[in-house]
Formats: sequence, structure tokens, C-alpha cells
Amino acid sequence: MPIAFTEIQETIRMVEMEHLDIRTVTMGISLRDCADHDFETVKRKVYEKITCYAKDLQTTANQVAKEYGVPIINKRIAISPAAELLGNATKEQAIELAETLDKAAQTLDVDFIGGFSALVHKGISKGDQILLDALPEALSKTERVCSSISVATTRTGINMDAVRQMGQIIHETATLTKDDNSIGCAKLVVFCNPVEDNPFMAGAFHGAGEGESVLSVGVSGPGVVLNALKRYPNADLGEVSDVIKNTAFKITRAGELIGRVVAERLNVPFGIMDLSLAPTNAMNDSVAEILEEIGLERVGTHGTIAALALMNDAVKKGGAMASSYVGGLSGAFIPVSEDNGMIRGIEEGALNLSKLEAMTCVCSVGLDMIALEGNASPETLSAIIADEAAIGMINKKTTAIRVIPVIGKEEGETVEFGGLLGRAPIIGVNQFSSDKLIQRGGRIPAPLQSLIN
Amino acid sequence: MQKRAVVSVVGKDQVGIIAKVTTVISGNNINILDISQTILQGFFTMIMLIEINDPSNLETLQEKFKPVEQELGLKINIQLEDIFQAMHRV
Repeated sequence: MPIAFTEIQETIRMVEMEHLDIRTVTMGISLRDCADHDFETVKRKVYEKITCYAKDLQTTANQVAKEYGVPIINKRIAISPAAELLGNATKEQAIELAETLDKAAQTLDVDFIGGFSALVHKGISKGDQILLDALPEALSKTERVCSSISVATTRTGINMDAVRQMGQIIHETATLTKDDNSIGCAKLVVFCNPVEDNPFMAGAFHGAGEGESVLSVGVSGPGVVLNALKRYPNADLGEVSDVIKNTAFKITRAGELIGRVVAERLNVPFGIMDLSLAPTNAMNDSVAEILEEIGLERVGTHGTIAALALMNDAVKKGGAMASSYVGGLSGAFIPVSEDNGMIRGIEEGALNLSKLEAMTCVCSVGLDMIALEGNASPETLSAIIADEAAIGMINKKTTAIRVIPVIGKEEGETVEFGGLLGRAPIIGVNQFSSDKLIQRGGRIPAPLQSLIN
Repeated sequence: MQKRAVVSVVGKDQVGIIAKVTTVISGNNINILDISQTILQGFFTMIMLIEINDPSNLETLQEKFKPVEQELGLKINIQLEDIFQAMHRV
């Protein structure tokens, strides 16, 4: 059937006016064959492999974006969790590896390289510990390296020893980058139930179940969904869900086509489509504004969880119909600093940390890009991580924590991260201590998976 | 490889839009398969289906539209037809 005039117009409108874009194409590269007893050789192999596999990523993605008229915003790399290469290394060598990754990213002109990661949800191996020790310095000395640490899963429980360390690591990273608004923490995610094929930073890594190299695509379009909803101001919630579903379907189809073309030209297998509504600081490109369009005066008020649950589920349903390879974290991201509606919600007192935690029970990720007051103690940060990990563990879902204690700032102030990372009002933390819980250490056992309530 | 692309032209209605746009297309030896045109909310909107041999030429064609875009205050987009097929056809 020929394409109708109105359909062509719809596509053009989505791209030109409603910020439809392919948010990221992320090339996953396995580095397992780069292991060597000599660390200089490891660094050389890592650099050579990444720059060889991804040498055409930028140009090919740009070319495809032009041909189809849909912008591809970010081109990124995800590597095998770096801790796998660090078994015999020293802390200094681990930092050098991060710098090598940074250099590779610069050479390729990609903005982020993810996978300076360790999976420590059950125990911490020698290589994992070296990576954890090196993290604060590695993140402060590099610009483009992203790190994710898995501290819990539904099947293993929560490794509270790792959680305790992560509180300290986040605090130290914040301190080392305090002249730059503690920006180092924006490149560090703590996960419960991480997915191996997530193309979105800072949590992207090339998991153990992935092949040699793979190209995954993350598509986003909160603006498109918002505008679609605005055309049905009086629809009931079933119809609202339907509108979101239909829109998600179209966005996913566009993403998969473009992802497959890029993958084919780079001669790597196509991985997954991650359909996530991920906001940007552009006008009307906000997840919070979609929730407000559904019927909230301000995001954070009563009903926010219900609206978010409806939206998240509708996005997944539309995506699942559109592509057989939907993966990653598909759903909705709610990073505070990158979403104008969320920022306004906090500034006006409608949204707070507790409500954000509750929202993570029904959305894709977790506490994302939240600026905390600088004097939050490492134990408090650990406790926030533990809470969020517990939500993920019990509910069999991915949760993540990317909080930024901004050293020297207090509740009520605002911090500017600049560029993609946006700006965020500083949120205060509970003044009562969680020290004893964190100091106990050990592992919170895995939950019973029957008798669900 | 024969492919089809969609050229969309949006802008304030005025004399000579179709003439100038199609001149660029025929000047590049490209065949037009279909044209439809309407005035939408006061804006002149034209959509053309063209036949192309090499998708990598789209960029050069887009460049050649630049002077017309500037002269007449238009927005001209070229996109491969596949994107519309993918989004709107199951």
C-alpha cells in the first residue's frame, strides 16, 4: 500500500517538531581475548581492538541518519566488564586501563565508553576489588569512561559489603571532582539485576552472554508521546494507554530499521532495540510532562505512581509488538537533572526523594541523576543504595542508583552539570544515621520467589 | 540499487516553489514518481516521491537544495522511503 500524505507528514512532524531521535547506537565489544600476563600488552590489545572494531561507527551512523532523516544523537561503545581483565593488576594499572579506554573513546570521537565495570552481587574477586579501589581516581582522571557495579540480584541477594564500599567510592569520587560539581559520580551507576544488553549510559556494558561484537540501539521520544497525548485531552485512561502504545510502536519501528542498517553496514550483528522514554533538557522532551499531561498538576503528587505505571507498561507493549528483539531496560527513564518537568517538580516541592524511590518500583531504572547535599555521609549513600537494590531484588526488576552528592552544596541550591547532564536542585537526605546497618556487612539473602506478596 | 526517497517541502506559499525545486531534481537527472501538494495551516506543503540509484547521493542532493531553501525560506527534507514503510505499515 502506498504511503499516505498524512503518514509522511506525521513522520516529519515527529522528527522536526517533537524531537524523535535515535538516542544512541552502542557497539558492544568483547575484550575477553585481550587478557595477557603482561599489562602493557593488555592495554595495547584493548586499545587496538576497540579502535579497530568501532573505527567506522561515527561515520556510518551519521551517514545512515542523513539518509533516513532521523538524527542519531550519540554513538557509544560498551566493553566487557573491565574487572575481568584486572585479575593480576595493581590499582595503578587499573587506572591506566581506564585512561586507555578514555583515549580510545577520544580517538573514535564517541562521547562515552561504558564497561569499566564489575559484577560483585555475590562476591568480590581480586580483579573486582582492584577495580573498586581504582574507581574514584579512574573516574576523576578520565572524561568519557563510564562505570557500573552490580551489587545485588534477585537470585543472589544484596552484597552489603559491596554496598558499603560503593557509598565510600561515590563519596570519594564526589570529593575528587568537587571543583567540577562532583561530576565524576554522573558516570557511575550501581545496579541491582543489571541487564547485559543495555545501550544506555552510564550503565552500558557488554555482558558475558553477548557475542564478539554487537550493535544495540536505544530510541527515545518523550516529546512525540507528549504531543500525541495532547491531541486527546478527554480520552479515558484505556485510550491514553492506547495512544502511548501506538506511538511507542512507531518509534520502535523507526529505531529498528535504522539500527539494522547501521549494523549491516558495520558488519556486526544487530543486538536489541531498547525503547526507553529518556528525556532531554529540550523543551517538551520530558517524561514528567507526559505524566502531567495524563492528569497530574505537578509530577510527584498523589497519582504519580499510577500514571507512571500506566505509561511504562504501554511503552513496553507498543515496543514488544514492533520488534522481536526488544531488550535493554525498555520503559521510562526518570533522571532528574535531564528532565525539565522533574526539576520543576522538585523546585516546587511536589517531588521528593521518597516519591522518587517509590516511582522506581514501576519504571525502568531507578534513582537517576539525583543531586544530593554534599555532607551526606558514605553510610547514608550506602543505605540509599541498599534501599533501591532491595526494591529491585524483591520485585525481580532492574534498579539503579546514580546519585551525586555535590560537595559544598546544600539542600535548596541548584547545580549545573552542563550539556547533556543538565542541572539539578540539591535534595536533602534524612538526618538520622544508618551507620550500624551498613557496618554490619555480609549479604542480605536472596528472597523467596514463591509466596509473592 | 534502485531506491525511492521522499522529498518534503514546507514553507510560506509563493510563486515558483515547484518550479525551483523540480529544477534541482531534474538537473541531477532524477526521476519524479509522484507529487502531491496542499496548503496546510497556511503553509505550502509538497511531498514528492523520487527514484534514486545511490542512497549516498542524497547528501549531495540535500546540499543542492540549500540555495533554494535560502532563497524562498523553505524547509526541504529528503528521506529514504523505507522509514515511512517501517513506521506506518505492519
